[in-house]
Amino acid sequence: MSSAFAFSQPISERALPAVEILGLRKDFRRREGLRRRRTTALGPISFSIERGECVAILGQNGSGKSTLVRLLSTLLLEDAGGARVFGHDVFREPRRVQRLINRVSVEASFFKRLSAIENLSYAARFYGLRRRDTNAEIPRILERVGFPLERATGPMEELSRGMQQKVALARALLTSPALLLLDEPTTGLDPRSKLEVQDFIREVRRVHDATILLCTHDLAEAEELAERVGILHHGELLCLAAPDELKRRYGAETLEEAFLSATGTVLTEEEVTE
Amino acid sequence: MIRGTATALRSELMGVSGILERNVYIVRRYIWWELAWFVWTLANTLSIVFIAKGFAQTGARIDVNKATSWLLIGALVWSYLGMVFGLLVEMVQWERWEGTIEHTFMAPLSRSMHLLGTGVFGVLYGLVRTAALFVVVAFFFHLSLPHADYVAALVVLLVASISFIGIGMMTSVLPLISPEKGVQLGYIAQGLLLVVSGVYYNVSVLPGWMQALARISPATYALRALRSSIIDGKGVYALWGDIWPMLVIGVIAVPLGLEIFRRGERYAKRHGKLKRSG
Repeated sequence: MSSAFAFSQPISERALPAVEILGLRKDFRRREGLRRRRTTALGPISFSIERGECVAILGQNGSGKSTLVRLLSTLLLEDAGGARVFGHDVFREPRRVQRLINRVSVEASFFKRLSAIENLSYAARFYGLRRRDTNAEIPRILERVGFPLERATGPMEELSRGMQQKVALARALLTSPALLLLDEPTTGLDPRSKLEVQDFIREVRRVHDATILLCTHDLAEAEELAERVGILHHGELLCLAAPDELKRRYGAETLEEAFLSATGTVLTEEEVTE
Repeated sequence: MIRGTATALRSELMGVSGILERNVYIVRRYIWWELAWFVWTLANTLSIVFIAKGFAQTGARIDVNKATSWLLIGALVWSYLGMVFGLLVEMVQWERWEGTIEHTFMAPLSRSMHLLGTGVFGVLYGLVRTAALFVVVAFFFHLSLPHADYVAALVVLLVASISFIGIGMMTSVLPLISPEKGVQLGYIAQGLLLVVSGVYYNVSVLPGWMQALARISPATYALRALRSSIIDGKGVYALWGDIWPMLVIGVIAVPLGLEIFRRGERYAKRHGKLKRSG
């Protein structure tokens, strides 16, 4: 139950991985009639992500992708094992971790009547950013993500999903996260918006040296953006390796075939959020 | 060390300003809702205050001006309490409804500052709306309050607000641990205060066990002190007998509210309830 798990040895600053997960497990209790049954949503899983690396986790609905992101986002407590972000224990030092991370999820998480600028402005304050800093920075970041500034003062509910997702990316970038958690960031977007978001993710890595954990059902996106790809199935991390290595391991020509070999199922377009 | 503490404090206060900023934006964007709520509260207050005139018409020998003022203060305090409580109780539900709950709870803003910011906004918002309501109703009834000590009334309301925020914090955890029933349970707690605190009658008319509950309700002291300051013109010094119990309740209620919320948040994180769909 405790996150006081033992990592092999103290890690020097230079070698500090961005994410280190060891034996992490999360259970949920579900009601079945009058009884409650405990089901394991994730794990135990172990893996690490190096600083500046982009790792994609592929999985179907209910495979545990969102549970993993929510654990790293300090929104869930672990049942076993532990996780560290840049050396900080996610469950014992949540505030330190929160300063280092941000997240873009599949849902537009905004006050819909407020404008993009208003949503970004108050959210920046939660990260200790002053108004005089954000006044200039918010329009600059919105422009960088390709958001039309003339729409920045209108209610978010009047924006397309693609535009809302760009605002979500801008919100994440505004706080300069060292670790960016992307949970199905392009699901439901039109092809053009999808490409724009993917370009922006590349730029974030290049310019900000951010580490990225990308949870997706989009195999092409995973292969395109990530150095390593993991397959999560029923809460179990079946493998985590470079896309070519995965294909070799499963004797597959494509990542889709590798996924099929590993899990016995295919990912469909309907695989959206968990 | 000192610089680190100062930076952390600055960051926390910035977070509080973020809560205030967000709520100001929301009020501005929903201004017609605000107007509708104000008219509804006004109608509600008028219907209660008219009771005094109604009694006078039945032949009851009452000082109509005093009875009107007495009921008006009860209605205003109840409205104010409702606004502070409402903001705190609905804080989690609102975020869940809008889908921002996960982003807010994963931000590096301490929960104490999060709740404090919401409480402070509730107090400021409540004061503005209550003052506007008071002016309109007093004008409507041509109330004469020549002895009123408004400074003392403001001091009483601010002191009472500390304990209102504390109790509000305790109830605000309910929607976190019970997404379906939490808000309703919060309103039950608020309703309990209405019954035992003497909002529209003197607590002496209550049965003994209810009077015992009245003694631990900060609203009881707030109402008595506000009536004394506005109707009888008593100053802060003369009201000390009602002010100190509110301070004691506040000193206990705020840390207790924070601790209850902290435990509730851990429960929600353990059971996966900290998400938009509950």
